[in-house]
Amino acid sequence: MKKLLLLGAEAIAQGAIDGGMSGVYAYPGTPSTEITEYVQKSKSAAERKIHSNWSANEKTAMETALGMSYAGKRAMVCMKHVGLNVAADAFINSAITGVNGGLIVTVADDPSMHSSQNEQDSRFYGKFAMIPVFEPVNQQEAYDMSREGFALSEKYKIPVLIRITTRLSHSRAGVETSDVLKQNTVSTPSDPVQFVLLPSNARKRYKILLENQAEFEKLSEDSVYNKYYEGKDKSLGIIACGISYNYLMENFKDRECDYPVLQIGHYPVPKKKIERLVDECDEILMLEEGYPMVEEQLRGLLNRGKKIKGRLDGTVPRDGELNPNIVAAALGYKKTTGLAIPSLVANRPPELCNGCSHRDIFNSLNESMKEYGKMRVFSDIGCYTLGALPPFNAINSCVDMGASITMAKGAADAGLVPAVAVIGDSTFAHSGITGLLDAVNENTPITVIIADNSTTGMTGGQDSSAYGKIESICKGIGVNPDHIKKLLPVPKKHNEMVDVIKEELKYNGVSVIIAERECIQTATRKKKVIKTETITV
Amino acid sequence: MKTDIILAGVGGQGILSIAAVIGMAALENNLFLKQSEVHGMSQRGGAVQSHLRLSDKEISSDLIPMGQADMIISVEPMESLRYLPNLSAEGWLFTNTTPFNNISDYPEMDVLMGEIKSLPRHIALDADKIAKGIKSPKSSNIVVLGAASPFLNIELKNLESGIQKIFGRKGEQVVKLNIEALHAGRNFAEETGP
Repeated sequence: MKKLLLLGAEAIAQGAIDGGMSGVYAYPGTPSTEITEYVQKSKSAAERKIHSNWSANEKTAMETALGMSYAGKRAMVCMKHVGLNVAADAFINSAITGVNGGLIVTVADDPSMHSSQNEQDSRFYGKFAMIPVFEPVNQQEAYDMSREGFALSEKYKIPVLIRITTRLSHSRAGVETSDVLKQNTVSTPSDPVQFVLLPSNARKRYKILLENQAEFEKLSEDSVYNKYYEGKDKSLGIIACGISYNYLMENFKDRECDYPVLQIGHYPVPKKKIERLVDECDEILMLEEGYPMVEEQLRGLLNRGKKIKGRLDGTVPRDGELNPNIVAAALGYKKTTGLAIPSLVANRPPELCNGCSHRDIFNSLNESMKEYGKMRVFSDIGCYTLGALPPFNAINSCVDMGASITMAKGAADAGLVPAVAVIGDSTFAHSGITGLLDAVNENTPITVIIADNSTTGMTGGQDSSAYGKIESICKGIGVNPDHIKKLLPVPKKHNEMVDVIKEELKYNGVSVIIAERECIQTATRKKKVIKTETITV
Repeated sequence: MKTDIILAGVGGQGILSIAAVIGMAALENNLFLKQSEVHGMSQRGGAVQSHLRLSDKEISSDLIPMGQADMIISVEPMESLRYLPNLSAEGWLFTNTTPFNNISDYPEMDVLMGEIKSLPRHIALDADKIAKGIKSPKSSNIVVLGAASPFLNIELKNLESGIQKIFGRKGEQVVKLNIEALHAGRNFAEETGP
């Protein structure tokens, strides 16, 4: 047994390595990226030959992990919450096929939207798929759930979901590790049609999933992660899911709370334990990070039972992540605060780095668009989304991975011509290619600028799966080679860039402008690596 | 014993290295530790903070409640003031005075320094200048840590060994420069006094 100082995300990675995982599959996304990065850097993962290369997107990651499970080995797939939307088809159906080798789907939600476009709650996906869901309270549980999750997955032949949120993912604490389990050997499913979801098989598989629900409920009822703490003062009973339990305990000296508390970390919700709490107490306070999922179940449609305080009656804010102060207010405690922020403190929003190639792209695009007016540039998810902010104010949309090209096409179909898409290289590989094919098939008049910085920048510079292949992909799906233009986005090429963009905006068909220059962050890091190596030599 | 610290700065200024050094030192003392940090979008030149909590008892929340932080350690003067609502009435503020000015409405320096100096418990030092003075311009973050170190309930030798562990993979020269930076900051705090 060793004690390590780990981020919540890293604890999950270490747990999976120690739990006998043979491969992790993922596309980077805050706050989930560090899980896969940890496996990539781990010496023991390398020794054990654990797969950890990035996937093109969350759907390919989910399916590949399912394939590894089919072949009998233990696999984990990781993503941020909105990534599960991309992987949803494979994810929901993996609950119907079930698994062979253990399969864990780890999803990191981002309440308060620190780095995201919504704060959807992945526990709903777990409920939707009807599979067991774990929600760790701390880094140690994150490790334990990950390490032990594979065995549970194999025992019930079902994928399990681990849901964490930003604060746990990006917070460090000591974690005690356990023995390293062996990896599985290759084996194919004992039932030859388990994974063949033809309607006739799928109906049988779905019945098996339904029959297992009672078993999953019993598992939750007996789970060590769902703890009932006695309390003398029964005027209030508190249900605290995941890390909200920590914010609750922060409000009691020496973690001694007089109210009965039910801590939940394993779903489906433990019905009998909830029943006991509701029977024993006068009122219920519901604390959960994300959407009021358990609260809605508790209230039902008519809410004719006891008073339930939580996000739905305003005791806790309806949106945003929790913290100790929000929980204190929900308990009716006095507000604590230091001095106010002096008025001279100005906002400091994130910005594109100095020397970033996106700056040159937006400067030339803005100049080229002058004659057409504003509101014609559709963009995407990545560093270049910061082009929406001053001083550029260059883009008019950011919705989901790949939506720039398809939305530009729809707008052009409606008559908004020219319509422009700005998309990064990694996002293009993730979900832009199919949209571009739609546009090519109709020769829709759109201008696609691929801001190619040769990396996945916003999440910290992970490999981009279309690296070195962008031009050939565009040619391969049928973009007219005369309208595939390559630019070097540097300040001194500004006029040349403007000329090319202007020319392509006039073209009545699909143009792709590939503006390629390496991310300034990854380029600097590489230089440093070379320097250090020189010193050691 | 508990010490709740807010680390503040701008993305890329090295507050996570400060957190890592203190964290390593705390582990050597067998203290409980929780440290929450910011990854993702804000790291691109935006305001960043980290909550670092040390205690001899189990720590519940990863976030420090408002008005309960024992100190703010900031590598940028304006950023040091952003977290005043987190600081307790008896809390200390340690800050670098070299501004990181990447916004159009950055306050006037004399007004900003006036605000910092109006706080009852503060140490403000030009960590960039001190770091350049010892020919280690990249160590200004560790200079600020040095200034806060007498107030940390952690022995200097543990912080030094924390630096060894965190910067060791970058070579002995980097370790040496950062230990010098730690001492330079600490000397400033001890000489000027609170």
